[in-house]
Amino acid sequence: MDQFTLNLIVVGLTFALYIGIAIWARAGSTAEFYAAGQGVPPIMNGMATGADWMSAASFISMAGIIAFGGYEASAYLMGWTGGYVLLALLLAPYLRKFGKFTVPEFIGDRFYSSGARLLAVVCLIVISVTYVIGQMTGVGVTFARFLEVSTSTGLYIGAAIVFAYAVLGGMKGITYTQVAQYVVLIVAYTIPALFISLQLTGNLFPQLGLIGSYAPSGGDVAFLAKLDAVVTELGFKAYTAESSNYFNMFLFTMSLMIGTAGLPHVIIRFFTVPKVSDARSSAGWALVFIALLYTVAPAVGSMARLNLTTTMWPNAVTGKALDGDAVSLADIASKPELSWVQTWEKTGLLVMKDLNGDGKIQYVNEPGPLAANTKALADATKANDEAKVAELTAAREPLLAEAQVGTSGKTFTEMGLKGNELLTVNNDIMVLANPEIADLPGWVVALVAAGALAAALSTAAGLLLAISSAISHDLIKSTINPNISEKGELLAARISMAFAIALATYLGLNPPGFAAQTVALAFGLAAATIFPALMMGIFSHRISKEGAIAGMLVGLVFTASYIFVYKGWFFIPGTNNLPDTPDQYFFGISPLSIGTVGAILNFIVAYVVSMVTSAPPKNVQELVESIRVPKGAGAAQSH
Amino acid sequence: MADRSSSTAYWAANVRVILISLAVWFIASFGMGIILRPMLMGIHVGGADLGFWMAQNGSIYVFLVLIFAYAWRMNKLDKEYGVDE
Repeated sequence: MDQFTLNLIVVGLTFALYIGIAIWARAGSTAEFYAAGQGVPPIMNGMATGADWMSAASFISMAGIIAFGGYEASAYLMGWTGGYVLLALLLAPYLRKFGKFTVPEFIGDRFYSSGARLLAVVCLIVISVTYVIGQMTGVGVTFARFLEVSTSTGLYIGAAIVFAYAVLGGMKGITYTQVAQYVVLIVAYTIPALFISLQLTGNLFPQLGLIGSYAPSGGDVAFLAKLDAVVTELGFKAYTAESSNYFNMFLFTMSLMIGTAGLPHVIIRFFTVPKVSDARSSAGWALVFIALLYTVAPAVGSMARLNLTTTMWPNAVTGKALDGDAVSLADIASKPELSWVQTWEKTGLLVMKDLNGDGKIQYVNEPGPLAANTKALADATKANDEAKVAELTAAREPLLAEAQVGTSGKTFTEMGLKGNELLTVNNDIMVLANPEIADLPGWVVALVAAGALAAALSTAAGLLLAISSAISHDLIKSTINPNISEKGELLAARISMAFAIALATYLGLNPPGFAAQTVALAFGLAAATIFPALMMGIFSHRISKEGAIAGMLVGLVFTASYIFVYKGWFFIPGTNNLPDTPDQYFFGISPLSIGTVGAILNFIVAYVVSMVTSAPPKNVQELVESIRVPKGAGAAQSH
Repeated sequence: MADRSSSTAYWAANVRVILISLAVWFIASFGMGIILRPMLMGIHVGGADLGFWMAQNGSIYVFLVLIFAYAWRMNKLDKEYGVDE
């Protein structure tokens, strides 16, 4: 059976499963649609939250980011898991006790203001829509690679599947589908990792392999030490090297943590459990299932990096890379274990070019000035600027004669090199091509395709639910038509979800070309607006509506502005006021990390404004008292 | 005992548990994984230095234990103060 048929069967089976669950778990009431009737047991809710949370970014991109970022990329690992501690300690139990359906609803009630509620709806929609674009593009890319359809056809199929089970089943259908999707994605992620860890370190468990020894050279050197040695020899930064900016790493980790705790689609998961105590343990179970992937990811990343490097420099397995020859084009074309190189070259995610025409591909790091010349040359070539190309080519020779190749002590010219010949290695390859790199059977490849789709679809469904409940419950039911019947509200929820899916599909087809940056915006805004508002609403009696609104506005405007100054206003290319490079950042704070500062400003402004305005009315003070005590949670009230 | 059942005392006990848990959360991740890493270079966990391991794996295990310990402690507290469901 060929790979394509196998992919089709495995993906088709998982899709049939999701649809089957959707039909079984149809939602009949708004309580079932918004919060699955609060009847989901904590372990299952934890699994569903895990699938909800682990997006295309976690499944496809994160290991690749770690592979090339090394220690500095730990911010993602700590940030995207540590947020659950904040959720369990500071938000989940109290919001469950509150016993309503949406995040804006809590903000509106606690700050006795429909203005605050509307502001929360705006933040929620901006956060969730930017996030959903990334999922839809992930679906399209995965379909295009594994099922050989066009990206847009893939997107339509994905949208149709989400439409079927999310619109039909609401939170109930989504939750039970996500349990199935979690199983698919975790199996798909860990199986290749187990094999690769066994090959490279002799340890079946990747978590142990990461700190184990490197088996192919006889096991006398630690795996991480081997990786450090190989990459530094070629001129790259050591994998475990210390961070160049610990302050920024600190702020970035914090932004991801409080951003995670402030993401509406994650928070609403804790409305679905039966009791307050279940909300606490549910966060723990969610993290158990998330940790299964997140503790494996650093092993996947580091092992893929070493596998890639030893593929390019076969001698690096047992000795020094540069003592042997680089991989030859003839081998890539003929050896079956290298066929993945050609497969991925076709997608454009892997680009190589034999610059010096020696029939081999030399993968080395170019030092600063040479790398700058390479980039300028590529830009000039793309722009067809012949004069500029000639000028840069002439300037390149002296640079090559001066630049050292890694730790070899020789220059590029002395080694007969014209530059690094592995031009592009996209982060996403590290997970998607992993089974092929490790030469695993075809069904594992098919499973990875199904896993990537499960990760993207489950997150998209959760986001769409958060968007639709904000529109039908917080906008229509509370503001536009308070007398709407239960049936009417359910219909409105379904229509707004269908509309949200259509919008997400449109944005996925016409990506504004800034998907990666918008994720920074989503986390930054969640950190700077929703998290502080919720936390102050629970932990303080004194924060008034004026304080909360002022705090959220300051957090929103400050964080969005800082990101736009470097990334372009509303991400329109060329409208940035300052170049997006570390030397231009205020105190070295990158736009990715600014959410932490926005959150601190939100806290300060809310406190100061509350001190000079009147205290919240008595019934709000009583609400704060009541959510702090678990007793008497009961079922959620639809009003 | 009247004060044992009062919600103020329950809340104070709750906040104390939260603060202790947050201290553990901070030390495991931001402390050992980031700020203190240069000082922990001499300590090794298998083939990794302690700070690197905490940042990539260890802190996640601490988070897990922490949430369940917190849930267990709070359930006990709920019963002690008679506010459990």
